[in-house]
Amino acid sequence: MNLDIVIATLSATIKAGTPLLLATLGEIMAERAGILNLGLEGMMLVGALSGFIVCFLTSNPWVGLLVALASGAIIALIHAALTVTLRANQVVSGLAVTLFGTGLSGFLGKMVIGVPIPNYFTPIAIPGLVNIPFLGPILFRQDPLVYLSYLLVPLLAFWIYRTRPGLHLRAVGENPAAADALGVNVYGVRYLYTLIGGALAGMAGAYLSLAYTPVWIENMTAGRGWIAIALVIFATWDPFKALLGSYLFGLVDAVQFRLQAVGVAVPSFFLNMTPYLATIIVLIFATTETARRRIGAPAALGLPYEREEKS
Amino acid sequence: MSLVLEKRESSSPLVNFLVPVLSVLFALLLGALIIYLSGFDPGVAYMEMLSGAFGSGYAISETIVKAIPLMLCALGVGLAFKTVLWNIGAEGQLYMGAWAAGWVALSFPQGQSWWLIPLMMIAGFLAGALWGLVPGILKASLNVNEIITSLLLNYVAILWVDYFVYGPWKDPKGYGFPFTPFFGEGAWLPTFFGTRVHLGIVFALFAAIIIYFLLKSTRLGYEIRVIGENPRAAKYAGMNIFRNIIIVFIISGGLAGLAGMAEVSGVIHRLQHAISPGYGYTAIIIAWLSRLNPITTVLVAILFGGLLVGGFSVRSIGLSESLVYVIQGIILFLLLAGDILTRYRLSWRGRS
Repeated sequence: MNLDIVIATLSATIKAGTPLLLATLGEIMAERAGILNLGLEGMMLVGALSGFIVCFLTSNPWVGLLVALASGAIIALIHAALTVTLRANQVVSGLAVTLFGTGLSGFLGKMVIGVPIPNYFTPIAIPGLVNIPFLGPILFRQDPLVYLSYLLVPLLAFWIYRTRPGLHLRAVGENPAAADALGVNVYGVRYLYTLIGGALAGMAGAYLSLAYTPVWIENMTAGRGWIAIALVIFATWDPFKALLGSYLFGLVDAVQFRLQAVGVAVPSFFLNMTPYLATIIVLIFATTETARRRIGAPAALGLPYEREEKS
Repeated sequence: MSLVLEKRESSSPLVNFLVPVLSVLFALLLGALIIYLSGFDPGVAYMEMLSGAFGSGYAISETIVKAIPLMLCALGVGLAFKTVLWNIGAEGQLYMGAWAAGWVALSFPQGQSWWLIPLMMIAGFLAGALWGLVPGILKASLNVNEIITSLLLNYVAILWVDYFVYGPWKDPKGYGFPFTPFFGEGAWLPTFFGTRVHLGIVFALFAAIIIYFLLKSTRLGYEIRVIGENPRAAKYAGMNIFRNIIIVFIISGGLAGLAGMAEVSGVIHRLQHAISPGYGYTAIIIAWLSRLNPITTVLVAILFGGLLVGGFSVRSIGLSESLVYVIQGIILFLLLAGDILTRYRLSWRGRS
């Protein structure tokens, strides 16, 4: 195999990994606050469609991105209202979000199927850095959303582990009653991070429709939201490990695509199964490993918080 | 004075009934708003849906045809939910059941023997059960999150069926379309009264009755309820949780597999790309809406069958059938929002 193919495959790895990374980061933030968000897939679809439509109307992908962030957050607001305020079952609420988002994007997307957009995110080489041998063309000839995702990883990690609001976030996810006693607004924190998670999921969707394959296809997320939920466990709720896991899956995708392109003897249907099967296998290892090392989910994940009544 | 939530000591039958009913009604109202905003007349659209789904004998029979796989899937999903096992994989289990039944049918193209349909039923049930066993075993032995595994297997199952209908089993006379040849007529489920309603309705009703009694008056049903309500108590009482998880996934997956078998044997009469318009996902809503009661599940499934059929008929006025899935999502949102009233009561409390 020559070097160009390796570089092309690894560059495709980053591209395929980025929507997973964005969605995984979003889910990490929500789960750190104790909110399990199974609506990721639906939020991504709504983000992908709304970003696409707005980019089509304004021919500005950045405006599309902003709208995708906002629409992801709006859908997340439904989830937050149901699970935080109304203490609904988080699993069922998340599923409802996914079903709703899938339906809504299918319904509204009918009008833009097959429509080309005038403008979308294209790779921009970063002067200087792109000349680094081998890594330069892989890491620094990407589109702006990829660069944003590079920045988000250390930023969110710093936020979670090194800042006061990050401490509050972790406290709310681990022990909401204690956090409450310390004066942290548990409901507010949960709302905030569920919305941030939704916005990032919307951005992940916009990456698909405005950069990865700049068209609208019904159900174009193809289960990436669910893979991201599994990656959160693999990443043990840590942004840097989320990066690792997302690119690992990006690699699976990129290799699988390359094999299809060179016409390997395995039918494409089986190659298309690999991301899903790989997720299940990784999930098995991640679950047993986290159990063995006693790294658990945030202790209050999935549990509604009920404030003791003061009388 | 302020409005506060107080925990209910016991559940109120009136509220338990009203919350789902009002959820559906309000969801339809919100759906009307969406129809209006997309430039259509909600009245016309809903009349079209209503007459398409329940307006004639034919309409009702079509609604029941759609309700059959919904009932079977929702019964299985509901049984798993009762154990607090989230089987989101009914869609994939349905596909695997359809695939296995199709395999049997295509292996005996001339088959007119009495045993062909029972064999297809067994194959369909077993394939669905096996597909459900994967998340079941992983959950029971390693505590792997069954929501994610069962859901991801849906994608795998659909690709699996696609491989066969686009590849080795494709009808050579099908002009390249992704379907197999028709099954021999010996592999078709009998239908009733000249409609498309097929024997699958009997499977579904039978399954509902069995699950009702299973939950009500068997040891397994008792253990399922205890595990669902208080897993720790179940463990201390010496119940075999591993075994119960496995059994629930076998039944749950098997019923979805049987739904797939009934769909290809009773309605489509061959395997094809896209057998199901998301029956396995709609089943989740039905199970939740019917409060996991098997008998209610049957009735709610008919309502949702009507919603699906009505969704197809609004296409005639230019609306997308995805509207139905939007309304389904909204129903579930409202139901979840309303659920708080089944657990708490609203009351006014004066300032002390």
